[in-house]
Amino acid sequence: VPHPIALEPTVRAGIRAVLPLAAAIALVELSFGALAATSGLTPAAAVFMSATTFAGSAQFAAVSLFGSGGSVLACALAAALLNARYLAMGAALGPALRGPAWKRLILAQLAVDESWAAAYLGEGRFSLSRMIGAALLLFVVHVAATALGAVAVALGAVAGVSVLGRLDVLGLDAAFPALFLILLWPHLQARAGLEAALLGASVALALVPVAPPGIPVLAAASVSLLGLRGR
Amino acid sequence: MTRAWLMVMLTGALTWAIKGAGPLVFGSAGTRAGRSLPDRASGVVARIGPALFGALIVVQTFARGRELSLDARALGLGAAAMAAYLRAPPVVSLLAAVSGTALVRLLCPGGGS
Repeated sequence: VPHPIALEPTVRAGIRAVLPLAAAIALVELSFGALAATSGLTPAAAVFMSATTFAGSAQFAAVSLFGSGGSVLACALAAALLNARYLAMGAALGPALRGPAWKRLILAQLAVDESWAAAYLGEGRFSLSRMIGAALLLFVVHVAATALGAVAVALGAVAGVSVLGRLDVLGLDAAFPALFLILLWPHLQARAGLEAALLGASVALALVPVAPPGIPVLAAASVSLLGLRGR
Repeated sequence: MTRAWLMVMLTGALTWAIKGAGPLVFGSAGTRAGRSLPDRASGVVARIGPALFGALIVVQTFARGRELSLDARALGLGAAAMAAYLRAPPVVSLLAAVSGTALVRLLCPGGGS
């Protein structure tokens, strides 16, 4: 009988995969909490948002639009646009999830870019326990750092300090593309993987200047779906 | 409910629906593996991972809002690629990206934004 709190090796592997990112994510979410608190959200609302909308970039988009006077609907739609890639990612992940619908709906929320990537085994296969491990760590850091950032601003402790500016000086914004490069690396050995990566990168790069944020990545992920219609 | 809470609720509900759609349609209710995608579809799904990673890498490295920008992040990514090529552990690649980017910004504060 395994120890009750012993984690399966695959769950631990998921945690290990995203552990190097913990500091970067903590700083990103610290600044999200600060942004939320200066955009009209109470600390409770900011924390509730991080716990329910588990998707950093969409939260930033919605809250910064809200702070500049955007309507409730416009904010939610901006977030939905950035999250639209999860339609394609969810379709790929779907067959790996089992159990009643409510359980699959909850497990599906654990998919963020980093946990989805940590769970991706290649050839369209996923390890659910790796995703759970990665998502557990990411979720705890995500919510705790949001709370810290929002409360700190609410208390006026960091008035006048731009957390976002510090993030850039430290170079932590470069940690995210580097992580995806590391996760992509093994898939570049296969010709199909290399072609898909180059196609996705070119589509996204071409669309950045002409499409609203969120669309380039969605379009790149969807281009591979076009293969469904061909032949 | 205040406007802020309404925004938080609506954004959350949309996110749950978007993330949940795939697993609700393609997952399975029993203990057996989910409905398997048709052959051609699984070939397509196999390409989503690399395509998505490729897109996220270039957007997070070269996009600044809706503008393309060649800045310190590109050098950081190059350092990470070099480390990965030399078979360094992932954490070393990440550190190479972060420290390379920070170093460029430190040395040329204007140009390396």
